[in-house]
Amino acid sequence: MISNVEVQETNKMISEANLDVRTITMGINLLDCVDCDRKKLNDKIYDKITKSAEKLVATGDEIGKEFGVPIVNKRISVTPISLVAGGSGSETHLGIAKTLDKAAKAVGVNFIGGYSALVQKGMTRADKELIHSIPEALASTDRVCSSVNVASSRSGINMDAVKLMGEIIKEAAFLTKDNSSMACAKFVVFCNAVEDNPFMAGAFHGIGEKDSVINVGVSGPGVVKRALEHVRGADFETLCETVKKTAFKITRVGQLVALEASRRLGVPFGIIDLSLAPTPAIGDSIAEIFNEMGLEHAGAPGTTAALAILNDNVKKGGVMASSCVGGLSGAFIPVSEDHGMIDAVNAGALTLEKLEAMTCVCSVGLDMVAVPGDVSAETLSGIIADEMAIGMINNKTTAVRIIPVIGANVGDTVEFGGLLGYAPVMSVNRFGCEAFIKRGGRIPAPIHSFKN
Amino acid sequence: MKGIITVVGKDSVGIIAAICTYLSKEKINILDISQTIVSGYFNMMMVVDLSTCSHKFSEVVDELKKCGEEMGVDVRLQREDIFNNMHRI
Repeated sequence: MISNVEVQETNKMISEANLDVRTITMGINLLDCVDCDRKKLNDKIYDKITKSAEKLVATGDEIGKEFGVPIVNKRISVTPISLVAGGSGSETHLGIAKTLDKAAKAVGVNFIGGYSALVQKGMTRADKELIHSIPEALASTDRVCSSVNVASSRSGINMDAVKLMGEIIKEAAFLTKDNSSMACAKFVVFCNAVEDNPFMAGAFHGIGEKDSVINVGVSGPGVVKRALEHVRGADFETLCETVKKTAFKITRVGQLVALEASRRLGVPFGIIDLSLAPTPAIGDSIAEIFNEMGLEHAGAPGTTAALAILNDNVKKGGVMASSCVGGLSGAFIPVSEDHGMIDAVNAGALTLEKLEAMTCVCSVGLDMVAVPGDVSAETLSGIIADEMAIGMINNKTTAVRIIPVIGANVGDTVEFGGLLGYAPVMSVNRFGCEAFIKRGGRIPAPIHSFKN
Repeated sequence: MKGIITVVGKDSVGIIAAICTYLSKEKINILDISQTIVSGYFNMMMVVDLSTCSHKFSEVVDELKKCGEEMGVDVRLQREDIFNNMHRI
């Protein structure tokens, strides 16, 4: 039988170390909604989402209450809209974005992802139309999230799309300039995007998936930090073992919640995403884990090694705790959503270049980074190209969610609100890359031998 | 269904009595009970069986929470599964 000590340990994780299930995300296939009549298409999308996810929020809340663990977000991901809207003529996309927003509000989820296109090798007419509609779609909706996959290890990097991404991000920033250029916080550019990611803003329901599926993202950087406090000064073997054991425990909770949600909603269980996702709350930070490991600030020499340890051991511990692991699994390093990262930027310890190095060993990439609004579209594309190259060569998912805040300069602080937090505006290397970006075309797929 | 009730807070007269009275009224059977008091702080754990209780689990969670608030202690009911899953392979 469970002992009092074990019960207390679990409850302390929840009440003192911010253990929570970060998201239950329902993936919904919209391919069966395709219709050449625009109105019918929108009606079918609305009906399918509201019917499939009718009980998602209530079920999530009830499970949270029964287990006594907070389930922070309930969300929806849908089939990439460029595939759904292709047969309905131009100017369909914006209407669909509004339908998605309306459906999300009707069922009470806080984000809906999948206003997306997969263009790693080339863009179809529908892809281009969707991409051009992204700034307005994000500016005119509240809950819709968008992503574009512009690169993969198998296909290389679509540099035409990378060039376009810089322009799209600038336009989205400008359209929401009165609101901290907020639209950019809902848009991610990916290399090697995964089909079962439950986390926003990059979630979409992949075409290799079932009709609907439940994916769960666990979290708990605070729990890892607390556990490491007990092995302060110990060697790296002890450090790694501690992270592994903690990740196992956190993931078991996620697995339990996922199976229960799947059973009650009558929707198959997909994957657990083993991600350590920080929030702006004190004690829920990845940077605090680095401090506990022995680094003065995130960004100090040793940070990339510390992140590699964290990322690898979260996976090692979590994999055994779940029947199916997927998504982005690893440690997220968003700047605005982590007060320790913000402090590191303000202290001058963490730069964009160091963040880029860190993305070589963590789960995603440059995430929630605010930069001055006058950074050129080409420079943004250059930053994206660098990040895509890291993902392509290293066979991993990388992403860029960067916010050029119109009217803001280095040193300013921008408020996004809620889970998105606040961010210091970071300095960007302003040396030109226009001629490089303007070449256009495609960077061919890399060779996957001669690993040097 | 089995649940774990934990009560944490400053010790006072009648905490166990109040909880047990409520459980008895709701036909919730106590399977195991243990408690410690460390420097005036009360820490109790009960394993209970809710299979004969006619209310929904989440309603009992709310009622026990309210019961605890009246006495100034933190009372939680959670499904046993979360602890078994986390601490047993």
